[in-house]
Amino acid sequence: MKNKLLLGDEAVALGAVHAGITAGYSYPGTPASEVMEYLIKASAGGGFNANWCVNEKVAYEEALGVSFAGKRALVSMKHVGLNVAADPFMNSSITRINGGLVVVVADDPGMHSSQNEQDTRYYAQFAQTICLEPSSHQEAYDMTRKAFDLSEYFHIPVVLRMVTRLAHSRSQIMEKPAREKNKTHRASGKDWTLLPVNARRRFASLMKEQEMLLKFSQGSPFNMLDLNKQNKKLGIIASGIGYNYVMENINELSPAPSVLKISAYPLPHGLIQELAGHVDNILVIEEGYPFIERNIKGLFGIKGKKISGKLDGLLPITGELNPDLARKAMGLASLQGRSSVPDWLPGRPPQLCKGCPHIDTLKALTKALETYPKAVVFSDIGCYTLGALPPYNAVDTCVCMGASVSMSKGGAEAGIYPSVGVIGDSTFIHSGITPLLDAASRDTNMTVLILDNSTVAMTGGQPTVATGEKLENIIRGLGVDLRHIRRIVPLKKNLEENVEVIKEEVKHPGLSVIISFRACIYEARKGKKGAEK
Amino acid sequence: MKQDIILAGVGGQGILTIANIIDYAAQISGLSFKQAEVHGMSQRGGAVHSHVRLSDEAIFSDLIPKRAADLMLSMEPLEALRYIDYLSEGGQIVASQNPYVNIPDYPDLDKVLDAIKQSGNHVIVDSEKLSREAGSSRSQNTVMLGAASGFMVLEEKILLQSIREFFKSKGERIIDMNIEAFRLGREAAGI
Ligand code: SF4
Repeated sequence: MKNKLLLGDEAVALGAVHAGITAGYSYPGTPASEVMEYLIKASAGGGFNANWCVNEKVAYEEALGVSFAGKRALVSMKHVGLNVAADPFMNSSITRINGGLVVVVADDPGMHSSQNEQDTRYYAQFAQTICLEPSSHQEAYDMTRKAFDLSEYFHIPVVLRMVTRLAHSRSQIMEKPAREKNKTHRASGKDWTLLPVNARRRFASLMKEQEMLLKFSQGSPFNMLDLNKQNKKLGIIASGIGYNYVMENINELSPAPSVLKISAYPLPHGLIQELAGHVDNILVIEEGYPFIERNIKGLFGIKGKKISGKLDGLLPITGELNPDLARKAMGLASLQGRSSVPDWLPGRPPQLCKGCPHIDTLKALTKALETYPKAVVFSDIGCYTLGALPPYNAVDTCVCMGASVSMSKGGAEAGIYPSVGVIGDSTFIHSGITPLLDAASRDTNMTVLILDNSTVAMTGGQPTVATGEKLENIIRGLGVDLRHIRRIVPLKKNLEENVEVIKEEVKHPGLSVIISFRACIYEARKGKKGAEK
Repeated sequence: MKQDIILAGVGGQGILTIANIIDYAAQISGLSFKQAEVHGMSQRGGAVHSHVRLSDEAIFSDLIPKRAADLMLSMEPLEALRYIDYLSEGGQIVASQNPYVNIPDYPDLDKVLDAIKQSGNHVIVDSEKLSREAGSSRSQNTVMLGAASGFMVLEEKILLQSIREFFKSKGERIIDMNIEAFRLGREAAGI
């Protein structure tokens, strides 16, 4: 047993390796990317397969194939990635999972690097499966291992919910001996062919299983009730990382409140009842939405008990928790100190790197559209989203992966002209191909700029599946008029030329695609280093 | 024994390198530690910070509570102020005096430095000059680590061992340069 120094995400990945996975799949997304990055490194010596996929849905389905074969698979993604993979996810809780399937989803409360702060525990409840929520690195490792056993025991996908603070925090863990991989044992086709006749039977079986899942969470060591018989006033329910913030401050409360730590779902009703039977006030401290609080409160609350947390405003209902907010909710005075942040301090928002190809593309685009005050630039998810901020103010939207292309089509059909879509190469591969196919089939009057920087830049430069010529061939294959597939190189010296190309294509009364091709500066450096070798 | 350290700076200034060196030093020293860092969007030239917690007991929160940090190590003067409310009464500030100007409204430098001086015990270091003396302006972060090292619960020789380990793959020249940068920083802090 060795002591290892790992990020929370890496602790999850190592747990999966030691649980004997045959494969790991993912699409990059903060704060989940480091799970796959670690797996890829760990798989270098062979032994299992680990790779980036074109999107989360594909990643999930590949993992399902592994499970069908009887082997263990991990699929990881950021919280909004599960929206993309929601179709296979929801259905996979009805298939009879064969080899263990663990879905690691990293939520981003506080939206450090995301467009919303949705809480994955709702998805787990929606699919009526088990969710584990670690509060420490050791738990991240242990729970991932356990998740595979649970998945195989109950034949369901098991969700492991991470949050940014744990995903991107470094600490030590104690490793345990690795386990062997499963042998291949094919699943029964009847349980996996979700025709109504089979799906009804499988859904009924999942419903029947719920009682067993409850029994599991009720008895799981991941849920811990520490009852203080001397204190009938206050009991705290803390889940996941919220538990840390409670424990950080608890020594200052006397008499100590009872604490119920919840790290395994479905919610352990019995333990909650036991706590509620003992105290008058229940304080719920959980990271994310008020999931536990809402569930135990229901519509009418518990008679004679006061339940506090995010719903009654004791804790903020948006944003990320921290030890200070927990202190306040626990009735403790904030710590004292003399210095405060000056009110004249300017912000320092993230920005495009010096020399970034997007800067030149966005400048050319803005210039080309100067004479069109009614133009709308529908944008997407990537570094170029920063083009929405000053000094560029170059794009108008950012909603979800691929939406730039589909929204430009909708916008154009609603009368917007020029209707321009801006999307990066990897986002295009992820979710832009199908809407472009749609637009090509109708030759919609819109212009799509594909910013090909040859990498998934925002999340740290993961490889993209198609760039350069390969990417262009995909676009050709979708049926875009070849005369209106154009290429520009976003460099300062090409500004006038690029503006002309964009203007011409905006004038064309049908679909145009302009590929703006220049590597992200980090990718370009990598290339240079490679060439030197 | 415990120590809470806030590392502050701008994305790209090498905060994570300092954090990793401290982590490894804590590991060699047999201490528990937790170190929360920033990845993703904010790394693109935006404000970044890291919370480092060292203790000989179990640590719960990955984040340091406000007014609880014993040490503020900032690669940049303005960024020291951004998290100054994390500093405890009696906490120590170690900041670079060299501004990283990538915003149009960067305030007057003297105003920034004055505000740091009024905020508590402080050591302000010309990390740019010292890093050049050490051989590369890229070693400013190791200069700052050296300047802060005298205020840390970690031993100097263990920090040096950790620096060697961290830069091992980069070769002797880079190791030596960083060790020199560390030494110059430590000297400048008057320890
Ligand atoms: S990481 Fe690459 S694509 Fe992103 S802003 Fe920097 S240069 Fe541009």
